[in-house]
Amino acid sequence: MFAYHLRLALLSLRRTPVVSLLMIVAVGLGIGVCMTMLSVYALMAGDPIPEKSDVLYAVQLDNWSPDRPFGEPNEPPRSLTWRDSLALLERTPAGIPRTVTVGTGFVVEVPGAQDVRPEIVTARAASVDFFSMFQVPFIHGSAWSASHDADGAPVIVLSRALNERLFGGEDSVGRELRIGNDLLRVVGVIDHWQPTPRFYDLSVGAFADTDEAFVPIALFDRHQQDWGGVSGSINCWQAPPAEGVFHSECVFAQFWVELPDETAVADYRAFLDAYVNEQKKLGRFARPLNNRLSDVNTWLDVNEVVQDDNSVLLGLSFMFLAVCLLNTVGLLLAKFLGRAGDVGVRRALGASRTRVFGQHLVEVGLLGALGGLLGLALAWAGLLGVRRLYVDYERVAHLNAELVAIAVGLAIAAGLAAGLYPAWRICRIQPATSLKTQ
Amino acid sequence: MLQMKGISKVYRADVVQTSALRDFNLTVDEGEFVAVTGPSGSGKTTFLNIAGLLEAFDAGSYLLDGQDVSRLGDDARSRIRNEKIGFIFQGFNLIADLNVFDNVDVPLRYRGFRAAERAQRIQRALELVGLASRGKHLPSQLSGGQQQRVAIARALAGEPRFLLADEPTGNLDSVMARQVMELLEEINGRGTTIIMVTHDPELARRARRNVHMLDGQVTDFTEFEAAIRVRETRAAAGA
Repeated sequence: MFAYHLRLALLSLRRTPVVSLLMIVAVGLGIGVCMTMLSVYALMAGDPIPEKSDVLYAVQLDNWSPDRPFGEPNEPPRSLTWRDSLALLERTPAGIPRTVTVGTGFVVEVPGAQDVRPEIVTARAASVDFFSMFQVPFIHGSAWSASHDADGAPVIVLSRALNERLFGGEDSVGRELRIGNDLLRVVGVIDHWQPTPRFYDLSVGAFADTDEAFVPIALFDRHQQDWGGVSGSINCWQAPPAEGVFHSECVFAQFWVELPDETAVADYRAFLDAYVNEQKKLGRFARPLNNRLSDVNTWLDVNEVVQDDNSVLLGLSFMFLAVCLLNTVGLLLAKFLGRAGDVGVRRALGASRTRVFGQHLVEVGLLGALGGLLGLALAWAGLLGVRRLYVDYERVAHLNAELVAIAVGLAIAAGLAAGLYPAWRICRIQPATSLKTQ
Repeated sequence: MLQMKGISKVYRADVVQTSALRDFNLTVDEGEFVAVTGPSGSGKTTFLNIAGLLEAFDAGSYLLDGQDVSRLGDDARSRIRNEKIGFIFQGFNLIADLNVFDNVDVPLRYRGFRAAERAQRIQRALELVGLASRGKHLPSQLSGGQQQRVAIARALAGEPRFLLADEPTGNLDSVMARQVMELLEEINGRGTTIIMVTHDPELARRARRNVHMLDGQVTDFTEFEAAIRVRETRAAAGA
């Protein structure tokens, strides 16, 4: 019967092309606007590391000015000083995965390769747990070892893209790269890896590309001055000393720990409090204790990755869809009631109310599906516009298979929702009355 | 076959109440060809709608084919309409978007027949009404008489035991009307019970039995026949 109803639906569309087109456009516009906003919102608000987001914790320590908080009402800074990062890295109890990470950049060249030009790459200094904690996938080699980490050995991990550019995509493990005056040995090449939002360091934007190269934190520490320094936000509440930000109360480093349960979180909080109290005795941390541990999703909220504007826009887009659907309800009512005579004939010939209802639901489902296809095209165009207008949104303004499925499902559901009342009305008409008016 | 006892039907609109049928009694046996006549507003169409389960009634009892249909739900009433009753309307009531074949197919679809059986039945019904070659035509491409014959084919395709015709020749010229009547007589000759509502005494006389309605009730048939004869005599004298 579904095929028969589908055929009747197509005939009905042909019979009233203008009204049908208006309905498809109404649904399509609503879906298009909704999907544009939903696509951006879903990727912004998505969990970038769902398997571990509840065990990875960003650490905040409040070393800010005694006179004012970093953020109202009493927010601690969103990154740590270099000295605190290194101290926590060293003193965090054994067995707790931890990493300190900071963005940087430098010029790399392949020694002896005439056809590969030196290039500036965005890089990241990190301690070794970074790779296992954040589930970074490798295609060649692996992360550096703990001893490399401790010694600041001249090793480097490349992104897949950088490995393509420098070594043509071959297994480059063991090859050397020159950075400044140092030769660094490649120990691993990671596969495509793009957590969105880029939760582990939001200081250069939540939707920035992942880094192209990774080096041990101790190696970076040795090259504070001669490499590219820190890329990302550096926040200071007092002027840094002459030795530079690495020796100041300026904050720019991200520190993460992996804590499996509430007990571990409580223990680690106590550890942080003890550390800060110790520092207080040394004349630092003038503000009251205000250490924070935030899991990944809380961390995204703290950093307002999804701004209120986006939520409001998403709400407005759904309201727009509702208005489009209300228009569609009106058009459907007019269309369906206009064919009451045909329905009366079908009822007289043996169609039950359920059959008539089903026939009309198939028709609105078809309208919804066509509206959904139009909506997808509009959403695609809308996202293209978003990418052109807002460079920051380039990574999130995309449709993926899941969102396409949601769009089609939403369109059909919206069509059916809009069609329920008209279909119910038409199936309730009295056949005798409608036959009389034919 | 059809037995109505004490049927009453009242239409209510705000403060106005119209009694369309009052203590209506009628029995129709299998194989009969009954013509129902009466002036406008006498309740003919209401009777036909109730007989065809298109409308509910307020009081009385109705047995169709031995089954009490007074309290059936929508699905059951629809099934009986589909399986036992064929409808022929004054305005043909073909579905404009569907061609002849698909129009005849409508009741068969709801019956759940397979495609091959539907095609066979449609072909047979169209052959019976002489339109086997017009299957692909849309109703708008046919004359009034042809459209009514398609409607008859549609009513017959499911092989109902009971045909309800509401002014089946009302929109046709005399030649077409005669052809349709001949077709109905032929169908009745094959055993299908027919109840036909008509204004036309000439057509009514061609039925095997006449029922006259007035004010929602069946009036005495002999008086009705006598009245027709008086009218005919006067007409002859005038001529």
